[in-house]
Amino acid sequence: MVDIRSDASQAIPPAEVEDAELYHPKSWWTKYVFSQDAKIIAIQYSMTATAIGMVALVLSWLMRLQLGFPGTFDFIDADHYYQFITMHGMIMVIYLLTALFLGGFGNYLIPLMVGARDMVFPYANMLSYWLYLLAVLVLAAGFFAPGGPTGAGWTLYPPQAILSGTPGGKDWGILLMLFSLILFIIGFTMGGLNYVVTVLQGRARGMTLMRMPLTIWGIFTATIMALLAFPALFVAAVMMLFDRLLGTSFFMPAIVEMGEQLQQGGGSPILFQHLFWFFGHPEVYIVALPAFGIVSDLISTHARKNIFGYRMMVWAIVIIGALSFIVWAHHMYVSGMNPKFGFFFATTTLIIAVPTAIKVYNWVLTLWRGDIHLSLPMLFALAFIVTFVNGGLTGLFLGNVVVDVPLSDTMFVVAHFHMVMGVAPILVIFGAIYHWYPKVTGRMLNEAMGQIHFWVTFLGAYLIFFPMHYLGLLGIPRRYHELGETAFIPESAHTLNAFISVMALTVGAAQILFLFNLVWSLKKGREAGGNPWRATTLEWQTPQTPPAHGNWGKELPVVYRWAYDYSVPGAAEDFIPQNQPGLGRPTREAAS
Amino acid sequence: MAQSVPTHTGETDERPHGLRGVVADFSSDQRAFKNVSWGKAMMWIFLLSDTFIFGCFLLAYMTARMSTPVPWPNPSEVFALTIGGQEIPLILIAIMTFILISSSGTMAMAVNFGYRRDRRTTAALMLLTAVLGASFVGMQAFEWSKLIAEGVRPWENPWGAAQFGSSFFMITGFHGTHVSFGVLFLLIIARKVWRGDFDTERRGFFTSRKGNYEIVEIMGLYWHFVDLVWVFIFAFFYLW
Repeated sequence: MVDIRSDASQAIPPAEVEDAELYHPKSWWTKYVFSQDAKIIAIQYSMTATAIGMVALVLSWLMRLQLGFPGTFDFIDADHYYQFITMHGMIMVIYLLTALFLGGFGNYLIPLMVGARDMVFPYANMLSYWLYLLAVLVLAAGFFAPGGPTGAGWTLYPPQAILSGTPGGKDWGILLMLFSLILFIIGFTMGGLNYVVTVLQGRARGMTLMRMPLTIWGIFTATIMALLAFPALFVAAVMMLFDRLLGTSFFMPAIVEMGEQLQQGGGSPILFQHLFWFFGHPEVYIVALPAFGIVSDLISTHARKNIFGYRMMVWAIVIIGALSFIVWAHHMYVSGMNPKFGFFFATTTLIIAVPTAIKVYNWVLTLWRGDIHLSLPMLFALAFIVTFVNGGLTGLFLGNVVVDVPLSDTMFVVAHFHMVMGVAPILVIFGAIYHWYPKVTGRMLNEAMGQIHFWVTFLGAYLIFFPMHYLGLLGIPRRYHELGETAFIPESAHTLNAFISVMALTVGAAQILFLFNLVWSLKKGREAGGNPWRATTLEWQTPQTPPAHGNWGKELPVVYRWAYDYSVPGAAEDFIPQNQPGLGRPTREAAS
Repeated sequence: MAQSVPTHTGETDERPHGLRGVVADFSSDQRAFKNVSWGKAMMWIFLLSDTFIFGCFLLAYMTARMSTPVPWPNPSEVFALTIGGQEIPLILIAIMTFILISSSGTMAMAVNFGYRRDRRTTAALMLLTAVLGASFVGMQAFEWSKLIAEGVRPWENPWGAAQFGSSFFMITGFHGTHVSFGVLFLLIIARKVWRGDFDTERRGFFTSRKGNYEIVEIMGLYWHFVDLVWVFIFAFFYLW
């Protein structure tokens, strides 16, 4: 094959920066609680995100109970239902997915995969976690505040979000939500700057940007996007706080509330929608890009084959990231806009499908004639591909103005975004946990429990969200507490709703099994050794497992090749680690 | 074109220039921005993020101003001061702008003296910058209290659109907060410089890392940024 060079050796430039100074903790508190080690911070982030994510999971059960069996559960009245919807959405999107991908996987994997001792500013990194924890606590405090959490929907559209008709609108709910978001953004910025600078300026010798594993490319691009998108949410949150607390009218048009003309007027609710979605759409890809990156590495490792079209994959990630900043108004077709803008945003939205499709083709081509091991990470990766294609296709429906307008605010939308940015990324998270758990703990997760978890989650998610497309096409609206005896809704739709609810509870139960597996395997899991998957990337080449403080022992690793030297003809084994010197050894890395 | 900018690392510069240099740097290992320290890179990226915050604030203000059905108060009348019986439009804001821009000059000098390791002059210039910044904030407080005395509130004002007061307090307040934090950090770093922390390689209280004179330049980046943002606020809020 022409792309195999017989000699991977290149002159490795000398170290440009002296080895990083690390803070060496002296007490238990500074080692495990107020830790400046990115690996501990990653675990803290992940555990906090999982804990609050469980709350969101339970909220989804409560919503499904109400939708599937209306009238059976008295305590779920309309107000509670809206509060559950709001908190479920906000927690899942921001406090679980964003925090877990960037704060969790980002912190753990970036320093290890680029060959650094730690993040460049460990102290700021630590502050990032504690601000995140504070944000989560403030958010959760909403459940105990007078009036309960906000019920404005996760998009928090004004004016309803701050009016008395909405739960928490005139109570603590909306305030706590906005404060929590502001804290999250400040905390995230501290962490995010760390991730970006570590990737740009803190890599090992020989680790060029085009040798980085795609996981790092995904997390890196997503972090840059987050640093540019969260400001819009920050501004929107500050302005809404002023509207609510000071009586300003940024987002408040002239309005009559409970028969009384409000003092406020002249503001623009559409302005909020623009700010929110300028954050909100990139947010979708902030969640998706790390998933794209991770899944590429899972597929390559477990199919024992180099990723197909590495450069194309990198550029696709970058292009998706850039395009996602000019599509936001496709969430606002029904808000009313100039048809020319609708045309523009529909076009940009559909153009995103091109780099995305490139990625899907490349994943499939990586699998093609690979030595596919159906390990748990691989199963989840395969499940991701089909789920993502599914959710992506309905995205093409919703990206077109004329198709979107009748489907807007129906169950079809719920089904679409749950498939594409709910189930798909979470499948990658599961796969990634099964993949990297051995590195974090030194033990494998239990395979049998993992298989049950996988099949129930994967098939269950389809049984939940596939029927929802149909319900949406029937015209069943979302965010309705109760459908009642509406003429156009056939009896079978109610039966289907009950079925979906049963499935939702089943899938939820599987997640509890997964959490149990995480704890059980900590002590009882099979010993993993340093590199159980026989993977090439640097994090598997650490001297200790789990990696010690400072990651690499005395000497920093030196990188001689790209991250995908699997099954290279002429090599002794079917993988060649990135830090293996290339003298006379072949590589598949494209000649640069 | 040889570069003679003093840097603390003292690295020689033998890389290709222009676009080729950019490509070479980005395809190299270890660092994408050669000669740029971690701290400086972090500050630049933070400023990029902060630009988006101020950008959103200003765009939101412009949207509010354009979409409100009520007339917007005339800034040159609202921000006029009566001095000696003469009403002078925008005089206070002109002085404030002059002071803030001057403080950028003293900051730049502090950076230069920092790299010469002249710690007393550096500290003095940083202190001067902080004093100028503090007087800017002080004059802003004066401006706020004058407007409040005239009946401007975030939710209403005597002359027209309510969004005038809301945007004014929000944007100048957010900028003033940036200046105040800048003053605080200027004082902290000036103290470190004065004490000679960067000559004795004393370790930081929180981070336990050694600092060096580059922190003066990083501080300067922030300060110039805050200054630059003010130019935009000045143009879009007071001159429009």
